[in-house]
Amino acid sequence: MPATIPKHPEVNMMNPSIPLPPAPAEHDKTMRKSDPSTGHGDTQPAIEVAGFDAWYGDFHALKNMNMVIPEKRITAFIGPSGCGKSTFLRWINRMNDLVPSARAAGTLKLHGQDLLDSSTDVVELRRHVGMVFQKPNPFPKNIYDNVAFGPRLHLRMSRVELDQVVEQSLRSAALWDEVKDRLKSPALSLSGGQQQRLCIARAIAVGPSVLLMDEPCSALDPRSTAAIEDLMAQLRNDYTIAIVTHNMQQASRASDYSAFMYQGELIEFGDTEQVFTMPRNEQTQNYITGRFG
Amino acid sequence: MTAINPQPAVSLPRGRPKSKILRRVRESCIMAGLIGCGVFSIATTLTIIVILSVEALRFFRLDEVSFWGFISGTKWSPLLGAEKHFGVWPLICGTLLVTAVAMAVALPLGLITAIWLSEYAKPKVRAVIKPVLEVLAGIPTVVFGFFALTVITPGLRWLHEGFGVYNAASAGLAVAVMCLPIVTSLAEDALRAVPRSLREGAFGLGATRFEVAVKVVTPAALSGIVAAFLLAIARAVGETMIVALAAGASPSLTLDPRSEVQPMTGYMVQIFLGDASNYGAEYYSSYAVAATLFLMTLLLTLIGHRVRVRYRQVYE
Ligand SMILES: Nc1ncnc2c1ncn2[C@@H]1O[C@H](COP(=O)(O)OP(=O)(O)O)[C@@H](O)[C@H]1O
Ligand SMILES: [Mg+2]
Repeated sequence: MPATIPKHPEVNMMNPSIPLPPAPAEHDKTMRKSDPSTGHGDTQPAIEVAGFDAWYGDFHALKNMNMVIPEKRITAFIGPSGCGKSTFLRWINRMNDLVPSARAAGTLKLHGQDLLDSSTDVVELRRHVGMVFQKPNPFPKNIYDNVAFGPRLHLRMSRVELDQVVEQSLRSAALWDEVKDRLKSPALSLSGGQQQRLCIARAIAVGPSVLLMDEPCSALDPRSTAAIEDLMAQLRNDYTIAIVTHNMQQASRASDYSAFMYQGELIEFGDTEQVFTMPRNEQTQNYITGRFG
Repeated sequence: MTAINPQPAVSLPRGRPKSKILRRVRESCIMAGLIGCGVFSIATTLTIIVILSVEALRFFRLDEVSFWGFISGTKWSPLLGAEKHFGVWPLICGTLLVTAVAMAVALPLGLITAIWLSEYAKPKVRAVIKPVLEVLAGIPTVVFGFFALTVITPGLRWLHEGFGVYNAASAGLAVAVMCLPIVTSLAEDALRAVPRSLREGAFGLGATRFEVAVKVVTPAALSGIVAAFLLAIARAVGETMIVALAAGASPSLTLDPRSEVQPMTGYMVQIFLGDASNYGAEYYSSYAVAATLFLMTLLLTLIGHRVRVRYRQVYE
């Protein structure tokens, strides 16, 4: 479908006169493998995590996490409910600032920038780190205004430019064809799967480089889930994606790397194929084969 | 009909069965009680409407009164002078003037306070202020009336000598103070009912706290906010003690808040409590005024209902 995924979405959207790069070639998974724990190989590190701890009040929610999330790859986070997956994602865009009792320590860096530093501008950070939530949460506005919400906050642009951003974002989220004739109808009139893709379009429209997806398919039917997975496959060349999922098949088919967490600890992190076929840790083995969790 | 008698799959302690007849009797009693209460409140309302209509009609059938003169007249002088005039507009004007002053202050201030409480204030601060607001909403309005006479009016007259001893602005400001807790409390409820997921969605796009409050939360709570506004307007229109004490008793067709006016409720108090007879045109005229006031608040209620239906957001 959409052959025009902007390589540098932000640049292209601010200057629509710059022609878009040609469509990226079909992603070839085998060409891209490397050991993410070292950050070496053909990938660049996007998010570096070292000795990272997080708390809610006295509750120690994340314990000494160490990992490097590679750039422009899909990293899946799996693990039983309550093991801290959402907590980790919500620290990457500092969403946990909204939780008064939440606190964190250690190293959490995005492209070298320390995210926990008090000088980090969270508004700016969240422009670069988009988030998609478990339950689709479109604003009670029309479809167009939902997608245009972020650009209107951050960018001064003409009506024509804004139209282009909205169209491109909806195309990137594989929703354009379904809604192009009713951009002014309420977002809440869309189906659940369409609403979730709208939320992805809304996040993309701001021009992020990282997308955090917290169980984006758990409230969706199988067809919508398939649509979102196709979409992720198309976005993987341009965005660093961290996705939480309870669906083992989804993790194994849609991600490049997988991280297994248990009770606040990162138990295993590696190449998805390796984690799912030859897990090094017994707990991982038990979890992916469905023996607990 | 065969009795339903399932065999439980797992055998648990069975105890003794509850009496089915007793349960049925209890259900019937509760049903009858509920219907009784419903009928009672509907009957009271209908009685009031009937009395209002009958007495208002009696007024319009009097010789010195004409219906047309009532709804189009611009002079209201039922008590003084040789010739009595029953043109309702000066009274409506008094009501609207006081309400306008009150709402110009109470609505924006109430909404801003509500946004601050819901989106900015720390939970501890909110936990203190919310109950205080609800207590303020329960203060008898006669207190606000005295407050208007003894504090607001002298203050206004000190600021500007054009203000009369009785004036619409003073009454309006006191009504604003009276309405402020209601507007704030109800608007805050509406804002807080907006799901957290919408706020997080907006924060996630890099919106500031202010942008989240103004561009997402407030529009999403619009129907509740408008309902709060309309309730406040209805209370202001119907407010009696404050205007009877502070607005004055001379009906005049004016838009100047510095001048003395007489709102509709003020006139009714004057007739029922004052030295007017309880027969004759001036007595029955208060029923006609009451009916007019009733129609105005009914209109507000209907508008409020339309707005709620039109803008209601359903969050599952
Ligand atoms: N706002 C919060 N306040 C207190 N504890 C929380 C909060 N959010 C999550 N937790 C706790 O932190 C732990 C991890 O939660 P979460 O990150 O949501 O798990 P997951 O997404 O893996 O299911 C859970 O035990 C949960 O109860
Ligand atoms: Mg979670």
